[in-house]
Amino acid sequence: MSIEARNITKRFGDFAALKDVSLQIQAGELVALLGPSGSGKTTLLRVIAGLEFPDSGSVIFDGEETTLRSAQDRGVGFVFQHYALFRHLTVFENIAFGLRVKPRRERPPESRIRARVNDLLKLVQLDWLADRYPSQLSGGQRQRVALARALAVEPKVLLLDEPFGALDAKVRQELRRWLRRLHDEIHVTSLFVTHDQEEALEVADRVVVMNEGRIEQEGSPDEVYHQPANAFVYHFLGNLNLFHARVKDGKTLIGEPALGVELKSNGRSPLVYVRPHLMDIERVPTHENHIPAWVKHINSAGPLVKVELATRRGDQIQVEISHERHQALQLAKDDAVFVVPKDMKVFAGSELNDPEEVASGR
Amino acid sequence: MASTASPRFLTASVRPRAGAHPALFRWVLISIGIIFLGLFLFLPLAAVFANAFEKGWTAYLAALRDPEAFSAIRLTLLAAAAAISLNLIFGVAAAWAIAKFDFAGKSLLITLIDVPFSVSPVISGMIFVLLFGAQGLFGSWLTGRDIKIVFAVPGILLATTFVTFPFIARELIPVMQSLGSEEEEAAITLGASGWKAFFRVTLPNIKWGLFYGIILCNARAMGEFGAVSVVSGHIRGLTNTMPLYIEILYNDYQFVPAFAVASLLTLLALVTLVAKSTVEWKTDRQRAASRRLTHREEEL
Repeated sequence: MSIEARNITKRFGDFAALKDVSLQIQAGELVALLGPSGSGKTTLLRVIAGLEFPDSGSVIFDGEETTLRSAQDRGVGFVFQHYALFRHLTVFENIAFGLRVKPRRERPPESRIRARVNDLLKLVQLDWLADRYPSQLSGGQRQRVALARALAVEPKVLLLDEPFGALDAKVRQELRRWLRRLHDEIHVTSLFVTHDQEEALEVADRVVVMNEGRIEQEGSPDEVYHQPANAFVYHFLGNLNLFHARVKDGKTLIGEPALGVELKSNGRSPLVYVRPHLMDIERVPTHENHIPAWVKHINSAGPLVKVELATRRGDQIQVEISHERHQALQLAKDDAVFVVPKDMKVFAGSELNDPEEVASGR
Repeated sequence: MASTASPRFLTASVRPRAGAHPALFRWVLISIGIIFLGLFLFLPLAAVFANAFEKGWTAYLAALRDPEAFSAIRLTLLAAAAAISLNLIFGVAAAWAIAKFDFAGKSLLITLIDVPFSVSPVISGMIFVLLFGAQGLFGSWLTGRDIKIVFAVPGILLATTFVTFPFIARELIPVMQSLGSEEEEAAITLGASGWKAFFRVTLPNIKWGLFYGIILCNARAMGEFGAVSVVSGHIRGLTNTMPLYIEILYNDYQFVPAFAVASLLTLLALVTLVAKSTVEWKTDRQRAASRRLTHREEEL
């Protein structure tokens, strides 16, 4: 089933959680709503579920106006961040709940309920835990029970609110791959909320980046990662270094010796963002763009070597280089080197919304 | 109960100066605790039963078989039943509203729930006399329609309900607040109606808190004296509850019947105590289970 949210506005007191948000999701898609906390992503999900009602705008399921229909009648499966399992019921009864509360006319016979629950238990690979209570399960198991419970009523839409947010890193990775495989199997239109960019990029067909109650960009994971619409999106999808740049002969220049004419675009010099892994370190400058800097800290634990440097002005720069490169350079603390950006993103005059991050130069 | 708690308290607070005579000091304090308990708790309890059985079983049973005693017991049970059922509805509704919704006047409602606790029971009784008595606000209207509230059974039910008003709501508000509303939301997205969500999800989760509130409400309703005394009018066999009846008997120097009826209230207190401890033990276990649950969440 396709979902459309049209011009949704929602306020909580003085706080505008959603500002005229419109979003379309095709049937069978798996879409991620990505954004920092307070960006309105969970509110949008709850409006679509019918757990919140928008101040204005409409929700449309399969071309049918659904805005004022209650959550009870929407036929959505909702998975909560903290599972919200019924603590007084066994795993089996949790999953059966949606079938048992159906009106008498629609309620399947007991044998069908049992068969359906057993199928779902197998689907989420928890058939051996049917008689346990939620308090006896691990976080990952609970989240799978919650998912099975939501799927039991054959929802037309599956909505997941930070489904893996309360789990630790290892379980989270396993579960999100499992969710991707599950979606490929059952193809139910799914929308999930996350603040973890890795999760969104790995699992979703399409990523919707939200910030301060607005949608900043939507597109495939590739698009939002490689063609960010603005500084916020680029910043939110990974670590950054920020430089104030000059433009010379149509070229953007950063660094010390590259003297150029400053381009006064709306009173500001363009801002240049460079990801730490898209920079190199050289002992001798071989490139027009380079920044003299001093090595402050080296962390070689991990797939890349993280080097922290400081410029003459004291600005911090983070660079990630391969272990081979690190071997060749033989860097040590307080070495004077040159930092060379390999790929830069220029967003003229647009400041990030997060002044703290800009100040630290990340 | 208190005697098992005091030694633990002692070892914790005495330790810094334990050098001098720790054993002696400890035993002195324990003895003070036990003597105090004996004098103020067990002795009166024993006295109630001793006086009740002073003239043997037959006199005891005869006192309870008296029609006036019987009607006092019946009225007390009726008052308790009315207070529990009314406050059950009100308490659950108020706790639900306060815990799950935000609305203007919420803190005012919380304050109002506590009013019966902060007002003297005699004043609580007076309120009803001032409202519904012959000279009261609605007095002439009620007399015109031949409805009797004060000095009649309805007044006693009203006064009892009023003084026990906060027990269930007070007990449920923190329970419901700590539960949040996610489970109900989950039930509703699964297609449950509001009522089904309440009976299948909310009620099982709050049942022990609710039961605890009912026990406290019942104990207070049956033992209430002040408020009921004001509205009762002490009509024998008609508007006397057990505590009022006991007072009348005692003032008439009928000690055996007075203590016989008193022994029933005492038994009620003991039953309440056992029920209360059982429920506390149950909720403690439940709380421990949910704590284990959050622990495991951190591990996995």
